[in-house]
Amino acid sequence: MMNLEEKLGVNKYYVNEGHPHIEIIHDYPDMKEKMKLVNACPAGLYTLNEDGTLAFDYAGCVECGTCRVLCGNTIVTKWEYPDDTKGVEFRQG
Amino acid sequence: MERFEAIVVGGGLAGAAAAYRMAKAGVKVLLVERGSYGGAKNMTGGRIYTHSLEALIPNFRETAPLERKVTKERISILEGGKATTVEYEAEPAKPEDESYVVLRSVFDKWLVDQAAAAGAVVVNRIQVDALLKEGEKIIGIRCGKDTMLADVVVLADGVNSLLAERAGLRAPITASEVAVGAKEVYTFNKGVLEERLGLEANDGLAWLCMGDITHGLMGGGFVYTNKNSLSLGVVVGLEHIGEADATIEDMMNEFMSYGPIARLLKGGKLVERSGHMVPEAGYKAVTTLSGDGFIIVGDAAGFCINMGYTVRGMDFAIASGMYAADAIIKAKKLQDFSAGALRYYDILVADSFIGKDLKTYRHFPEFLNNPRIFQKYPAMVNGIMGDVFTVNGSGAKPLVPKLLKRATGVGLVNLAMDALKGGRAL
Repeated sequence: MMNLEEKLGVNKYYVNEGHPHIEIIHDYPDMKEKMKLVNACPAGLYTLNEDGTLAFDYAGCVECGTCRVLCGNTIVTKWEYPDDTKGVEFRQG
Repeated sequence: MERFEAIVVGGGLAGAAAAYRMAKAGVKVLLVERGSYGGAKNMTGGRIYTHSLEALIPNFRETAPLERKVTKERISILEGGKATTVEYEAEPAKPEDESYVVLRSVFDKWLVDQAAAAGAVVVNRIQVDALLKEGEKIIGIRCGKDTMLADVVVLADGVNSLLAERAGLRAPITASEVAVGAKEVYTFNKGVLEERLGLEANDGLAWLCMGDITHGLMGGGFVYTNKNSLSLGVVVGLEHIGEADATIEDMMNEFMSYGPIARLLKGGKLVERSGHMVPEAGYKAVTTLSGDGFIIVGDAAGFCINMGYTVRGMDFAIASGMYAADAIIKAKKLQDFSAGALRYYDILVADSFIGKDLKTYRHFPEFLNNPRIFQKYPAMVNGIMGDVFTVNGSGAKPLVPKLLKRATGVGLVNLAMDALKGGRAL
């Protein structure tokens, strides 16, 4: 079975290198809050590091907004849609 | 600066439907989409009930990129590696009873093209950063350094409507109002789906699954047939997702491992993985629909209902776009785009199937938000099936005690209460 990173590899993205459209507090203390993101992100972009901090990579984002709704007042400090022409481009949808 | 009578933000189904109908009636309309084409940022599980599209474009079947007409419905209860499946097969009795499987990146693009052909000005790859306000009145949009003014702005920017929230037009959406969906599309050689699913050439299957795959969370799995591909995914409510002992990807993998799904997927090639939020709270989540100089349509307005076996929003989106257009066409005649004039849209919505269906299903999300529905009952159903179909020489037991034993697994009081609640919710 393909892992999620390999799965995202089939998608078409125009990544805005160096300009993350989402920013987070990686060492946010509340584990419950972090688990929301780990469990819910449909692109699996939030993972826990060994030291319990949150790892996040915006490049595979499908722009659903789930992390904003779940943690927009806690871990997620910035959530914008990627700039014009950037981000994911669905060909199936 | 060019001035439009109406600006539509978002090239999804609601926005495109609104732009199409306004352009047809001679309204000078601009449709702004942030993707490279309508549908580039959109996705669906799969099925649109086409009655509202038929009202908008009666001959849509001739040109719309429809994948397959749904003639076969399946519901499966998955639990502990076991599956109980109900299948219903029927040709829709009337044209307006039909539903089709669609892929949004193709389908939305088609609808936006129809709007452009009708005279709407369509601009892609433009992000709308903010709504322009004059007091409480919405007077246009800002994209980067550019501003554009209009008599009315139609917000069709989807479930994650930053614009409406940031302009203070609606309360921020909360985790209890939405679900998240993950979806994958797998392609197959021609003829494979027909053979595996027993389908005629253009006929399709809608297959909804519930059970232990969502680890007690409200939600389930789905499979829809496209022409030569399958759309498959999992949808789960966000309210309790942090407490779940699995990620949505774990749930997806568990779903795909179930025998009937795994066998169907064999040899399929993954061509896309997508994700989206679903406004599932229905009636409760619908707040502001219109005001001074603006109308909110589709997912952005919260027009979506969880009917248990399916989540439905695309027919609402198209109809709401039409009603927005009708309200604006009337407002243009009166040259009055005030909150009072645009309230005509709210009335059209409330009097239509949108308002009625949202109301009918208004208590259903609460009923579904119950882990027993997704864990204990699936175990009960599959347990009963196992008892009924297993004969192994250890001595047959009468059926009624068997059923009673399975029901006690859930708790007879719980069973009675949930049945009552379910009955009331519908």
